[in-house]
Amino acid sequence: MTLVEIRNVSKSYIKGDQTIPVLQNINLSIGRKEFIALMGPSGSGKSTLLNLIAGLDSADSGVISVDGMDISSLSQRDLARWRSLHVGFIFQFYNLIPVLTAFENVELPLLLTGLTKRQRREHALTALQLVKLEDRLDHYPGQLSGGQQQRVAIARAVVSDPTLLVADEPTGDLDRVSAEDVLQLMERLSADLGKTVIMVTHDPRAARKAHRMQFLDKGVLADAPEDTLSECF
Amino acid sequence: MGLILAYSLRNLLTRKMTTVLTAAGMALVVFAFASIIMLAEGLERTLVDTGSDDNVVVLRRGSGSEVQSGVGRDQAAIVETQPEIALGPDGKKLVARELVVLVTMTRRASETSANVVVRGVSENSYLLRPQVQLAEGRIPSPGVNEVVVGQSIAQRFKGAELGNELFIGGRNWRVVGIFDAGNTGFSSEIWGDVDQFMQTFRRPAYSSVIFRLSRTDLYASVRNRMDSDPRLTLEAKRETQYYRDQSRALSTFLRVLGVTLTLVFSFGAIVGAMITMHSAVANRTGEIGTLRALGFQRRTILLAFLVESLALGFIGGAVGLAGASFLQFFTVSTTNFQTFSELAFSFTLTFDIVYKAMSFSLIMGFLGGLLPALRAARMNIVEALREV
Repeated sequence: MTLVEIRNVSKSYIKGDQTIPVLQNINLSIGRKEFIALMGPSGSGKSTLLNLIAGLDSADSGVISVDGMDISSLSQRDLARWRSLHVGFIFQFYNLIPVLTAFENVELPLLLTGLTKRQRREHALTALQLVKLEDRLDHYPGQLSGGQQQRVAIARAVVSDPTLLVADEPTGDLDRVSAEDVLQLMERLSADLGKTVIMVTHDPRAARKAHRMQFLDKGVLADAPEDTLSECF
Repeated sequence: MGLILAYSLRNLLTRKMTTVLTAAGMALVVFAFASIIMLAEGLERTLVDTGSDDNVVVLRRGSGSEVQSGVGRDQAAIVETQPEIALGPDGKKLVARELVVLVTMTRRASETSANVVVRGVSENSYLLRPQVQLAEGRIPSPGVNEVVVGQSIAQRFKGAELGNELFIGGRNWRVVGIFDAGNTGFSSEIWGDVDQFMQTFRRPAYSSVIFRLSRTDLYASVRNRMDSDPRLTLEAKRETQYYRDQSRALSTFLRVLGVTLTLVFSFGAIVGAMITMHSAVANRTGEIGTLRALGFQRRTILLAFLVESLALGFIGGAVGLAGASFLQFFTVSTTNFQTFSELAFSFTLTFDIVYKAMSFSLIMGFLGGLLPALRAARMNIVEALREV
């Protein structure tokens, strides 16, 4: 069953008087509970595609629908509300708020829901238990290792129970062991909690965890190069 | 939205030095603003407290102050016949003819000269001003060259101590008492027998006639009668109004000076806050992108940064006011240029000043934070996220 439907999506950036095409006529379907890896060289447009799917940016043309909702037609305000309900974000550099504790960082998305303080606390604790950081509630990001910070970021991504998780190079700043922890966690989110995970990565080891890989090259969907495929499998 | 508030405030704590310096700039402006307004308030309060609502001061029509006024003996006698005048404990009308002249005395601390009010009074003058209480010595005897001086005069002027002699109007006057008139203008006066002063200064007319109304609402009727009496070229004012008028020019000058100076200074403080907030926005671009990605609306970002700059304004205001509040322990003296006489008064902090100074400081914070906060709120999410 399809969750994300991308039809004829194009996107370009204007730099000075030049128009630089980033995505050209993309068509892609992503199934519910699917764990997909978007791969491709730098500048291929994979992060742009991820941003479009997550509702952070808007396409020049084409339609992106998520769970039956055409997000390309939403206003900025509605898009923000939609993101808060349906998308969980995992970033390369964790993007935790340094002045908030691990618990507060995880609680942050719940401020946009109608939950009471007590309910927020329960949800945040559950999310932190899921990433095995229930003993680091009051630690600030600066007091945690990179792997731990990324796990807090994952707890923040899942705390409001979104349908879709988007991850942009989630292991890009981690050592091998921490990266493996994070990838296992993401696998579990897909397998056990039924989340649809879209991950942008350069790392073939990370891509190996995904159910499917999608390659992008110069803004168009392409077949994977042989050498990358051999590294992944 | 307690967490967003915590986010804003903790960010201030994180960059302590910048916060302290920016708030200190605002604190200095608030201090200057509050202290000048406190000075004007102190002056006004001192002069208004000097008067009593039931007392009426009668002066020559058109004269702004007692120093410029002249009330002839015949006219003073007519004033004394007004039926609205209250009776004293002895059954006589509570009215006093007074003479006000300025004499030059030398300040003890700086050896410089200043004009001091010498007031010729009668026995009723003390009854009319219950706030004037004898602190030491006694009241001068009638017909003798004796004076009683206000505490402020005794403290600040040479030769004004109890038992000393003051050289006034070509004669020596023994200081036989010191009176405490609290925080009023009388504390800066020298009082003696009015008839003795009339002779000494060769004055044919009194400066004023003061009386107590038997009922406070009788003021209009006595004023109307005196205004319409063709024999009188006098005007009657409530004593409170009279002293309020005395303070108006100087206090208005101080307020205008205060507001003008602080408006100029405040530009500096606002620019300081703006720079601080702009750098806060620049340093936290990635955080702004993250918050927006998570679904926080533009207005929340705007609010978070405005709260931060308002908090800077609040800290600056509180520190500035705390500093200014210490000024209440100081008494200053200046020449009231409506009477050309020396007047001592204290800085006075009122709730109104606290309210105005805090509002002023918060406005500085708001103006300093507005543009950076708008910039933060309008950021493109994708571009902001690249700044991590």
